[in-house]
Amino acid sequence: MAARIVNEFTKGFWKEIAPLRFALGICPSLAVSTKVESALGMGFAVVFVLCMSNVLISAVRNLVPDKVRIAVFISIIATGVVIVELVMQAYFYPLFLVLGIWIPLIVVNCIVLGRAEAFARKNTIPLSLSDGMGMGLGFTLSLVVISSIREILGSGTWLGMLVMPEAYPGFGFLLRPPGAFVIFGLILGIMNVISARIEKKTA
Amino acid sequence: MQDYLLMIVAAMFINNIVLIRFMGNCPVVGVTSSYESAVGMGAAVIFVATMAGTTCWIIQKTILEVLGIEYLQTLVFILVIAALVQFVEILMQKVAPPLYRALGIFLPLITTNCMVFGVSVLNIKEEHSFMQTLIFSLASAVGFALVLLFMAGLRERMDATGRVPSLLRGVPITLITAGMMGLSFAGLLGMA
Repeated sequence: MAARIVNEFTKGFWKEIAPLRFALGICPSLAVSTKVESALGMGFAVVFVLCMSNVLISAVRNLVPDKVRIAVFISIIATGVVIVELVMQAYFYPLFLVLGIWIPLIVVNCIVLGRAEAFARKNTIPLSLSDGMGMGLGFTLSLVVISSIREILGSGTWLGMLVMPEAYPGFGFLLRPPGAFVIFGLILGIMNVISARIEKKTA
Repeated sequence: MQDYLLMIVAAMFINNIVLIRFMGNCPVVGVTSSYESAVGMGAAVIFVATMAGTTCWIIQKTILEVLGIEYLQTLVFILVIAALVQFVEILMQKVAPPLYRALGIFLPLITTNCMVFGVSVLNIKEEHSFMQTLIFSLASAVGFALVLLFMAGLRERMDATGRVPSLLRGVPITLITAGMMGLSFAGLLGMA
């Protein structure tokens, strides 16, 4: 049992890392990744919503009739998002302003509903919690990777600290929307190269 | 009148909902492998997004703001959209079966399309009037459908030539293409 919990937790980091493997939740990955700081904020918001929704959905999994399950799941997820929205507005106001419309948009993040549908409605509460935690942290990890590349190359800083030489002019293209798409595409390509290497080694 | 025209151009091209505002990327990656499904998805989204945008606006103004419960916006909007999609599905099945056969499979996907929900929230955030809401929702959805069609056409071409490196095939090349498309859309920036 303990081994399974660990397994469900760790699969979210490489084997089933959601944005990079299944192209789920691409929209927020592209939109909030201009800075590492906003990427972390978004990531933790998703971790919270995902854990909460997974636990609650897993708890009611035997009570909800199949036909109305999507509506029930979405109401649970939306409640979690409203909580995050209000807490952020009260305690992390600058972050709330930066993330803006992307906080309510967590409701329609495919990862959250995807995990509810694919995992939480079939598994016990501890397993669902570790799955939600792993998937959420995996999402955060991929956001941090993308935003690090964009922030370091784009404006020469990382988490607001200067890391490039002072004369570095900044590669503005990466901070613009088209740059986000190109960087994301290249990262996926690199992931494919690495996975292919690993497969060759084990085979 | 001119304001509305500017709004249409801005929502369709300059601030394109997919390429510049990053909403609704999942279908752009997911259903653009064939041209027919892109047409179906695009049409279904235009229909639902316009209805959802206006319905949510009406609910916000007549119920949420009157009762002072704007903080429930997220919860109410997503339920409205889910109910609307279900309703459209049933209505279409009864009234226009051929249309249902063409668009039916795309309808359930639309509930979690962030573009529909995003447009509804943007309408409120940017304080649009009813007419502006109608036009903005419609124009954004048309912009979404356009990108979907362009992407499907380009992908069919790329697959046919078979000259894409195998490691970039599928999702990666779609995203890079979207980036290039975004650059050309960004070229229209000075127009409005």
